[in-house]
Amino acid sequence: MPRLSLVEPLSSIGNAAEKGLAYLGGLAQLLGRAFAHVFTSPLKRSLSFQRASHQAMVIGVAAVPVISFITFFIGVIMALQGAYELKRFGALHLVADTVAISITRELGPLVTAIVVIGRSGSAFAAEIGTMKVTEELDALETMALHPIGFLVTPKLLAMLVMMPCLTIWADLMGVLGGSVFGVIGADYTLGTYLSATREALYIRDIITGLIKSIVFGLVITGVGCQEGFATGTGSEEVGRSTTAAVVTSIFLVVLVDLVFTAIFYVTGGA
Amino acid sequence: MEIDGPIISGRDLRVQYGDREILHGINFDIQPMETIVILGGSGSGKSTLLRTMVGLEKPTSGAVWVGGTDLAHASGSDLNDVRKRIGLSFQGGALIGSMTVGENVALPLKEHTNLEASTIEVMVRIKLEQVGLLKFQHFMPSQLSGGMKKRAALARAMAMDPEILFFDEPSAGLDPIVAAGIDVLIMNLKKALAVTIVVVTHELASAFLIADRIIVLDEGHIVAMSTTEELKRSTHPRIQQFLNRVPDSDVGDDVDHLRLFTERI
Repeated sequence: MPRLSLVEPLSSIGNAAEKGLAYLGGLAQLLGRAFAHVFTSPLKRSLSFQRASHQAMVIGVAAVPVISFITFFIGVIMALQGAYELKRFGALHLVADTVAISITRELGPLVTAIVVIGRSGSAFAAEIGTMKVTEELDALETMALHPIGFLVTPKLLAMLVMMPCLTIWADLMGVLGGSVFGVIGADYTLGTYLSATREALYIRDIITGLIKSIVFGLVITGVGCQEGFATGTGSEEVGRSTTAAVVTSIFLVVLVDLVFTAIFYVTGGA
Repeated sequence: MEIDGPIISGRDLRVQYGDREILHGINFDIQPMETIVILGGSGSGKSTLLRTMVGLEKPTSGAVWVGGTDLAHASGSDLNDVRKRIGLSFQGGALIGSMTVGENVALPLKEHTNLEASTIEVMVRIKLEQVGLLKFQHFMPSQLSGGMKKRAALARAMAMDPEILFFDEPSAGLDPIVAAGIDVLIMNLKKALAVTIVVVTHELASAFLIADRIIVLDEGHIVAMSTTEELKRSTHPRIQQFLNRVPDSDVGDDVDHLRLFTERI
């Protein structure tokens, strides 16, 4: 039966595509509901605000040290790698430009997203997954507290505020990291390095990074919470959904990054 | 809310998970202020019935009326209105793990009422006192024993002064002394509060102790709905089997049994 051999791979591709689209649809629905709860939720505003600010502390403020270190080191690394190539052209004075552009446009938002996935995306899935296993989600429902409004909305609001904030901080730390090499390895002082950075950057570079970071925040919250709600019964399921949250988030963040970078490239030139 | 007639009723109530029907068209009425025990073995559908009565499962067909609302066809906000008038004490407690015991009890009051924080604090302490946990207000749920978690869950279920209190397996997983304590607690509540109590359990002793009437479920059908005395006199074979704790017989039709090993070979 030669036809069968062609039909099977095609149908499995079709199934995978359908599943992927259904997943994205579910994600959009979850985020849409979480947004709707901001305006229509019977939950009290003041309490929702309290929960959102608590989440903002956990997602954002507590992540500052680790993000500072990582992006600082990445700044140094980018300067070293850039210098390796620039030196051959005698263009070592362009190190500040290379670091500034690669950090603000790409690495600042991306690295921030990856750290936030590791810290918070996984925690969302584990928290909601555990609550599902222990019937806490059912308990919220029977108390007429909607789990999405109660759990997802505060996380989403916190994420939308904290991701750009963390990204700006990451940009700054990355540039500072680059300046370490600039001062030690090239002929900069801290002052000339920073002013070279300022000259190299357009406001557009920073804005595109921040736009990306907001979309990353949506993806991380959506995937983390969706995987949490999709947790089956049993504690090993919580581990599965946590892993799925991290892997899927990283994949989607990079995919979204690609799409947005392409859009920015086409619409505004490099 | 003043309604004449039953406060909860099921009419030809069917619930299925996927292809498997759990409740096969059951009919029942629960009167206001009654204490009803839903008794049944594992897989009898008693937990599904409880989940349906609080709106966690949607009936596939039929109707389940709770406090004058048909949950099978209720909108989200109607369902929430019903839920503010009921309380459910979960089997494992289901206390929100990130909040203290006191915060758990305060949660529905904070969200659904406009009471002052100090009033809520007083109410929380009253509810915790009623279940004997006043000293544990600031403990996290993870620091409590199984029996204390159930008591705390009960305090939370009572927070909004519900008209109907549901209990899911109140004595499951507890030692006999603690379980007896929970039974006494339920009986005290029954005396003290004007409330309808629905308890789902498989514990015979506790069922006979607390119930006004008992509904016996078996494989998704109601096999008995009667007072405790009537139930003890019942000659229904499944009820006798349940009351006398006789295991299901493994010995069926020999030929059928052999067929299990040989079919589809």
